[in-house]
Amino acid sequence: MFELYRPGDSFLHRMRPGAKLLALAGGGTAIFLLPGLPALGAVMLAVLMIYGATGLGLGAAWAQLRPVLIIFAVLFAAQVFISGWMTGAFFITRFATLLMLAGLLTLTTRVSDMVAALEHGLEWLRPLGLNPSKISLALALALRFIPVLAQITSEVREAQRVRGLDRSIIAIAIPVIVRTLRMSDAIADAIEARGYNPDRP
Amino acid sequence: MLSTRDIVSIALFAALTAALGLFPPITLPATGVPITAQSMGVMLAGALIGARRGGLALLLFAVLVAIGLPLLSGGRGGIGIYFGPTAGFVLSWPVAAFVTGWLFDKHRGQPHPALSALYLIIGGIGVVYVIGWTWLAVMNGWDVAKTMGYALPFIPGDLIKVALTVVIARGVRKAIPNL
Repeated sequence: MFELYRPGDSFLHRMRPGAKLLALAGGGTAIFLLPGLPALGAVMLAVLMIYGATGLGLGAAWAQLRPVLIIFAVLFAAQVFISGWMTGAFFITRFATLLMLAGLLTLTTRVSDMVAALEHGLEWLRPLGLNPSKISLALALALRFIPVLAQITSEVREAQRVRGLDRSIIAIAIPVIVRTLRMSDAIADAIEARGYNPDRP
Repeated sequence: MLSTRDIVSIALFAALTAALGLFPPITLPATGVPITAQSMGVMLAGALIGARRGGLALLLFAVLVAIGLPLLSGGRGGIGIYFGPTAGFVLSWPVAAFVTGWLFDKHRGQPHPALSALYLIIGGIGVVYVIGWTWLAVMNGWDVAKTMGYALPFIPGDLIKVALTVVIARGVRKAIPNL
């Protein structure tokens, strides 16, 4: 399964996902409350040092920012235009620091461990009428369906290429969705035939 | 209560939204704004599987992104998305799919194409813009009304997606009438 996780053996890799989430929530809130650019800069430096200490390296920190560089540039320009250079620099530094901090969780935690932590956390919702086993099933199914759908999409695209329609969203989306929906009844039957009962607590 | 069938269709539409992220973004010549097919997943979920399942499908998609899968178009993902400036858009999707689905649910059978388009504009554009752009404005300390002005260049692209979704939803319903 493709994911953003980077294998490693640092203290962050070994930390429990729930603890990392709490630390991220705390750290993120603290960054939002920081008043000035110097304080933010110091926190950013600290985050970068964690990237170094965990063996992820500065390249991984940069990779967190690269996909949003264009958005950052547009926001910075708007910010400079509306309220000046200092404010622009402050908001961009804050977003960048938050993104890199959050990236630490994503890079050091396997999706399977996050799912396990989520399922554990969901037990608390049972008194509210939520059924954690249904949520687990939905998560597991979606994880399985993503590669299947990517596969179906590329098959349909291949077929439509023959007709010169491989760039038409309509000619691809309709067959993909119809095939997918026809699959879903068979899948639901298969799940129940194997003894799954959605209303069992 | 959700049946097994409901859970399967929720998971399928979450995965479909992910698959739509694989289409390369198209840049509109007039405005230079890139449009991605992904937000069509929101409209399609609302139009095809209704408020409850559609909303939950997009909520599931948001959770999958949060736990570290690179499912957003351009291969972005991870919990950092929810700390970034565009978090409001991803978070608006479950609400948008729910509202779109609620409008479609009120209809017996298929609404007229023009009415479908109106429903999609309210749910798929209106809800997304109100939540997404307000979030962006608040995170940047901007005036919300002024920021909405920056949203205007994105509207033509989203109207194209509405038109595409109307056609796709009709095509799907023709193939599977008792959806």
